[in-house]
Formats: sequence, C-alpha cells, structure tokens
Amino acid sequence: MSIRKWLVPGLYILFLMLPIYWLLNMSFKTTNEILGGFSLWPQEFTTENYVAIFTDPTWYNGYINSLIYVLINTVISVSVALPAAYAFSRYRFLGDKHLFFWLLTNRMAPPAVFALPFFQLYSAVGLFDTYWAVALAHCLFNIPLAVWILEGFMSGVPKELDETAYVDGYSFWHFFGRIFIPTITAGIGVAAFFCFMFSWVELLLAKTLTSVAAKPIAATMTRTASSSGYELGLLAAAGALTIIPGAIVIWFVRNYIAKGFALGRV
Amino acid sequence: MTLELTHVQLRVGAGTHIYQTDLKLEEGRFNILLGTTLAGKTSLMRLMAGLEKPTAGRLYFNGRDVTGVPVQKRSVAFVYQQFINYPNFTVYDNIASPLRVQGKSRAQIDTAVKEVAEMLKLTPMLRRRPAELSGGQQQRIALARALVKRAELVLLDEPLANLDYKLREELREELPRLFANQGATVVYATSEPTEALLLGGYTAAMHEGRVVEYGETARLYRNPGSMLAASVFSDPPINFIAVRRETDSIVIDGHGFPAVGVFACLGCGDYIAGLRPHHLTLTPPSGDALELSGEVRVAEITGSESVIHARVHGVDWVSQNHGIHVVKPGDKVVLFMQAEKAMVFDPDGKRIS
Repeated sequence: MSIRKWLVPGLYILFLMLPIYWLLNMSFKTTNEILGGFSLWPQEFTTENYVAIFTDPTWYNGYINSLIYVLINTVISVSVALPAAYAFSRYRFLGDKHLFFWLLTNRMAPPAVFALPFFQLYSAVGLFDTYWAVALAHCLFNIPLAVWILEGFMSGVPKELDETAYVDGYSFWHFFGRIFIPTITAGIGVAAFFCFMFSWVELLLAKTLTSVAAKPIAATMTRTASSSGYELGLLAAAGALTIIPGAIVIWFVRNYIAKGFALGRV
Repeated sequence: MTLELTHVQLRVGAGTHIYQTDLKLEEGRFNILLGTTLAGKTSLMRLMAGLEKPTAGRLYFNGRDVTGVPVQKRSVAFVYQQFINYPNFTVYDNIASPLRVQGKSRAQIDTAVKEVAEMLKLTPMLRRRPAELSGGQQQRIALARALVKRAELVLLDEPLANLDYKLREELREELPRLFANQGATVVYATSEPTEALLLGGYTAAMHEGRVVEYGETARLYRNPGSMLAASVFSDPPINFIAVRRETDSIVIDGHGFPAVGVFACLGCGDYIAGLRPHHLTLTPPSGDALELSGEVRVAEITGSESVIHARVHGVDWVSQNHGIHVVKPGDKVVLFMQAEKAMVFDPDGKRIS
C-alpha cells in the first residue's frame, strides 16, 4: 500500500531530479569520458573541472559579476518598492488601481523587446558593460514584481497599527523603520528572493548589455568553446555551481514563501 | 482636559460620516459614545484624536484650538476594538514605547511600565511577544500602553467587544477606575446599552452620524429627550405606540383605554408613547395599568428573565419579565402596561412628558 502511495510522486521526483543528477554526474567526469560512452556515474572521478573554474579568472569573474549586479538589483528593487507598495496599500489616490495594474504589465513584454533600446541608451551614456547597466535594466521587471508582492504583505497589516504608532508619538519615518519594516520582514524576504532569482536567471539582457568587464556567468558558459572543442565537463561544473546561490536563497526564505502563497501574492 | 467640539463635521467623498456636532466633555469625566455600528462612534473618536481632520468645525483642548495639530503632538491615547500591538516588540517594549518616544529616562520608564503591568496583571509575560498571548492579554497590553502614557484624553473604541464574557466583566469594572485615578478625560465607545449603564458616567447617544443627546448616563436612560435617544439607549428595543388622546380616554389602534398615568394630563391630540419592555409585564403591577390582550409571537428566556414578543391589535410589543414564564407562540396573553412609566413624545419625536 505505502509503496503504491509513493510510486507516482517518486517517479515525478525522479523525473525532476534526473537532469540535475546528470549535470552533477558530468561535472565529475573528464570530457573524454563524457564523449566516450554512457555511464551512470563517473568511472574516473575528478574534481579538476571545479578546480579549473576556481582558478581561472575568466570563469570565476563570471560568478562575481553575476552576483554583484544581482545584489545591486535586489537592493534597488526592494528599497524602491517599499515606499511604493506602502502608498498603494495605505492610500487611495486618483488612478491608483490602474497604476498598480500598469506596473504589472511591465512584466508582460519579453525582455528581448527591451534589449535594443537599453543597448543603445546605455552605450550612449557610457553605462555599457558595467554592473549598473544590468542591475538597472533588470529593475524594469523586478520593481513591479517587488511592489506587487510587498503590497500584499503590507495590506495584511492593519492600518490601525500605523495609527497606534502615531498616537504613541512616532513620526512616520520612525514608525516605518522601527515598527513597520520589522513587521513585514517576511514580505521583504520573499520580494528579495524573487528579485534575486529573476535577475540571476535572466540571460538575454545581461548578455546584450555586457562584453568583458561585467560578463555574467551564463554568458561565459554559452561562449566557452576552446580549441579542443566544447569542454563539457567544465560546462557541467559551471552549471552545477550556478544552481547553488539560488538554492541557498530558497533555503533562507522557505518559511516566508509559504506565507506569501497564503496571501496569494507569490 | 476639557474637550470641546464646535460645529464639527466629517464628510468623506459624497457621504457624510459625522453631521454638524457640538459637544463639550468636561475634564476628568468618563464619557460613553453609545450607538449601533455605523452610528459614527469610531469616526467621532478619530476626529477627537486627530487621526482625521474635520471637514468643518473646530476642536479645543482646554480652550486651545487643536484642529490642525497632528496626533503626535496631542496628549491622547487610543485603544482599538482589534488587538493592536507592535508585533516585533516584547510586551515590555510595547508598553514602554510611548515613554521611549517622549525621551523619558530608563529608570522612569522601568518604574512606570512595571507599575502598569502589575495593575493589568501582565507582569509574568513582560518578556514575551504579543502574538504568543491570548486575546484578553493582548488587549490588556494595548490598555497598558494607553495607561502608561498618562494622556489627558483617552479614547477607547469598543475595547472589550472582542473579549470573552468573563474577561469583559472583569475589565469593565476596572477600566473607569484605572483612568479616573489619572484624572484623564475618557471616551468609551460601545454598542451595548447595558454596558453604558454599568460604566456610568456621561453618555452621548449617537445615531447615523449625529449625537442625538448627551447627558448623565442614568439620567439619559431614565429620561431621554427624544424618541431617537430612547431607542438608541434601550435593550431589548423600546416599544413605540401611536396614541390618540380624546376627552376622557386614550385610543390605541382603534381601542379605547382609560386615560391614566402619564396620559391623564395630556391635551387632546396625537402622540407617540414610548414604553420600556420591563414596564410591560405579564403580572399586574401595583399602580395604574392598562390591560392589553394579545397573542405571543416569540418567547425568549434568558436565564432569569423572559422576553415576550406579542402582537396586540395589529401592533408588535416587547415585554420583559422577571423570572421564568413559559409561554408558546400562539398563546393568548394579557399584558399590563404601567401607564405612569410611559414616556410621551409628540409626533416629531420630541419628548413631552
């Protein structure tokens, strides 16, 4: 009975984990073994691929570049979205609902649409191939998302909390920083997580807006073909390392995400 | 502090939440705002606190105009019906927060917080967070925060409505005393006439955004100046009956009765009589009484009292009786109306006698 109960989910999990397993499997093989034939686990176990990545600046700079612009973007997106979301959740003003919806429509266009205007604009103002170029371009998608998520969390906090603080003598900013932000840490965590993830996996804009100095890891991976052909083992190791930051962030916000789902905003 | 409202009005969009209101609350009094939901109790309190700016009219604290003064700069405390506390602070920090903002010294804060916590039986949970406590304890934190601030105006918006019966009774007894000791002017909103009577003090009866009448609670209950005030301040609902006074009798719905009690000294004409349910009984009272025979529609027994809704000559009446009287819907009953206890209003609802 219990075997039958676990059969379907088990198969499904296997199906989901297979590509990840295969990636890890490949990352510990030599390229020769990968090309040589089919094997379920590494016959000649090697960590050379990882050593290569951590010693070669063209590889590890890719990670550093990616992390820098992703972090810049997350900080900008969340800090800009906080006051905006507060306004949407606490005040009624002319056209507020339309504006809120319009914010979301920014996410509806494919990034490719914006690649050309951003490229031209950033080249003209000298931002091309900097962290800021990618971080700012990603704000286009992430700020609306963060506003949407934070608004949900903020609306879950009764307006009377704000008023109680004012009655107690708090000024707006004192209340906002001292009481309100700590009250919605879960929402900030969830918003930051989604900004991080979208920025981390987005490839097209990141690739278009950089060449050498701020080249993201994903771009490095797609361009890696050496004289000896594709180095599959190296690519697999790079891929495995790319999953890690996302996994770490998910671990930190796993409890908050459930709360976000409950609010219907994630 | 004496709080005075002159011609205060509050309009939001096209609707009016508070119609022109004049009210003077003397220093140190315990005031009650009594009215059903949507009567405007909360709106009026928000105006008093300064959380809302009146559309027209002015507010005075001790004669000083405070109409535009932000709530931070007023000496007020506010407790909501919902349990509102700072979730990221401990109980201690919650209570201490108004004093911290005022910049009191550590030692002063500590003494004040501990004193108030002791009064409200919160001492054992000072280190915990509000979310870990029961509803009653959470509301006591909010009350403690209002108490510790020693505000001159304390606004309590149905603070006990979400508490269970026993806690409510306990706190209801303590509250007026706690704030009276500080000399604060208290405004307490409630939708229950019985609660208003238990709390005493002064009552403002509210109806649809207007203060219908303001006066000493017991006086207002016994002697309301209008039909509206009488109906707001009545539970179970007061009976209103159209009465016509003729030369030597009164006529209720086409049936003649002797003109006794309050009806004796009325001039001829049309009136409305208001009769509290406990003045309409199944057992004959000692004084003059009118006998009404009718049919029971609903009978409720609330432990020591029986409330009977009966139909007499096409009019619905409510009768409240001591003790248990077992009657069934459809039973024929005779109700005795204590004629000298009735209130008489003119057809516009103004009290005559």
